[in-house]
Amino acid sequence: MNKALCRARIFSVLAFVAIWSLSMFASSTAHAQLEIDIVHGAPEPVPVAIPDFLSSHPATDQIAKDMAIVIAANLERSGLFSVLDQSQYIEKQTDIDFQPRFADWRLINIKALLSGAIVQENPNRLKVEFRLWDIYAQQQLEGKRLATTPDNWRRIAHKISDYIYKRLTGESGYFDSRIVYIAESGPKTNRRKRLAIMDADGANARNLLANSDLVLTPRFSPVFEERGARKKVQLITYLSWETGGPQVFLQEIETGNRELLGNFSGMTISPRFSPDGQKLIFSMVKRGNSDIYVFDRRSRSTTRLTTNQAIDVSPSFSPNGRKIVFNSDRGGSPQLYIMNADGSNVLRLSFGDGRYTAPAWSPRGDLIAFTKSNKGQFHIGVMDNTGKGERLLTNSYLDEGPTWSPNGRVILFTRETRGVNARASIWSVDLTGRNLRRVPTPGGASDPAWSPILP
Amino acid sequence: MKIKFLLMSVVVLTLSACVSTPDPAPVKQQVQTQAPIFEPEPEAPEAPEIIEVPVEAVIPPGPQPGTSEHFKYTSGDDRVYFDYNKYDLTPRAREVLRSQANWLERYDGAIIVVGGNADERGTREYNLALGARRADAVKAFFVSQGIEPGRITTVSYGKERPIDGRSNEEAWAINRNAHSAVLVGGTS
Repeated sequence: MNKALCRARIFSVLAFVAIWSLSMFASSTAHAQLEIDIVHGAPEPVPVAIPDFLSSHPATDQIAKDMAIVIAANLERSGLFSVLDQSQYIEKQTDIDFQPRFADWRLINIKALLSGAIVQENPNRLKVEFRLWDIYAQQQLEGKRLATTPDNWRRIAHKISDYIYKRLTGESGYFDSRIVYIAESGPKTNRRKRLAIMDADGANARNLLANSDLVLTPRFSPVFEERGARKKVQLITYLSWETGGPQVFLQEIETGNRELLGNFSGMTISPRFSPDGQKLIFSMVKRGNSDIYVFDRRSRSTTRLTTNQAIDVSPSFSPNGRKIVFNSDRGGSPQLYIMNADGSNVLRLSFGDGRYTAPAWSPRGDLIAFTKSNKGQFHIGVMDNTGKGERLLTNSYLDEGPTWSPNGRVILFTRETRGVNARASIWSVDLTGRNLRRVPTPGGASDPAWSPILP
Repeated sequence: MKIKFLLMSVVVLTLSACVSTPDPAPVKQQVQTQAPIFEPEPEAPEAPEIIEVPVEAVIPPGPQPGTSEHFKYTSGDDRVYFDYNKYDLTPRAREVLRSQANWLERYDGAIIVVGGNADERGTREYNLALGARRADAVKAFFVSQGIEPGRITTVSYGKERPIDGRSNEEAWAINRNAHSAVLVGGTS
């Protein structure tokens, strides 16, 4: 080997080690030039490059390509990034342990470059390494090595997407998460509605409950629960009619174990977990009237929180667990109200025209999302937790049921078209209202609920 | 007397036919056909079986009494309809429910489920609460008419069970209803 080249190579490796250490030990203080204003939305999506990952074994060649595709799709879906087509790339890296040729990437206006490589340690174990480069500051922003089984590669792609999102926006991501929803089939007047789950990008959709044809409004527990050594399970709650009327059920996703909540004779509807996952808040119907109750999973005791003669439904906890926003028609039409977690100090929150329903408190605590219907149109909107600053993000014949991304920056909701051939689908919108997209599902889909980031 | 006379005349007629007809073939036939009359009667024949077939009862047109079809038929409708976002009973709804209550009084073994329904112009959870109200309004009316509360259960389907899939005022009005379904039929 040529001596000069050899020296250059060593230099590069040393340079890399230095940069690596810097990013590993001082990444929080390192000052990147590249920052995206997520709150007001990027005026132009940031151009990034995501070449295929390098593969050191034929067995991982396909995964190396798919990894780049999944990450690119995630970033583009956020509306904050545009991923330049690979055919435009000038440099083709053959080793990600070298700095990229920044000039080559600047020439095609790339601001950030992701280089990745997959090493198959053995048939059951992949090592995935990536580096995220700031092309203008000419520095590494992030570098990580993740290991998993080959069939779990999509989760690695989602985790890398989250690293990129976090490094470039300063906010935690939401790609490595799941969505429970209702898979719909059959005609409008005889529709089957089944409990289903998929990855946040719509992949890996599958049913969670075989024998129930009417299930509605599933929601995640915000926390993962330990079951024995190193086993974590995620709980959901939902409505099913298998006991006759609508009643609240709990189910562990991983084990399929399920139970009917409490021992209530009447209908129970609109369940949600408390932020610590230990309580469920829901409405119970007595003599036709819905009031809000809270169920403690440890003591199995139930406490009534509202005693109004009007409909009180759809309660949602603030992330600190101190407040509850809910829906009531005590003022004559459905509006949003807020109260303390013990039911005291009820205040009306919404005062605009139209009907306000289905509130959902953001996991950041700052905003409350809701459904508004007015003049024959439905909207997903947000307001702050004092009822001010209302903004409508969507508009259609029927939009409803907002659920927040784990970072409180994106909302999923149900959109249903009109008429006998109506079809429900899941859509996402960011807080600017400009980034509106349909989430791909195998069939009709409704009632999405977004999980926390997976452990 | 009469029977004797009849038998005699048959004999006379037969004989006369025999004599007066020259063609042998028809004669033979005639004798054969008439032959049993001259055979000795069988001894003590078994009592002939009597088959009784009931004559179908004269019933009023319509479904079988005590069934859910009969309930719907005699009440005029098994659903009552509500105004937008309302759960109070209209005069027309009360009229239908009075007929339903009469039927329930008559078929006092019947058990019913009242399902409350809403149109698609509301959100899912609110509509479940509204459907519960509508179902309960019907139950409360039945109870006020003297029907035992234990015979009536209520369920809400919210907007999940539309009977008219169109998206217009007419369809929404039809889909805002409470449906009384006969779970166990009654006998009067």
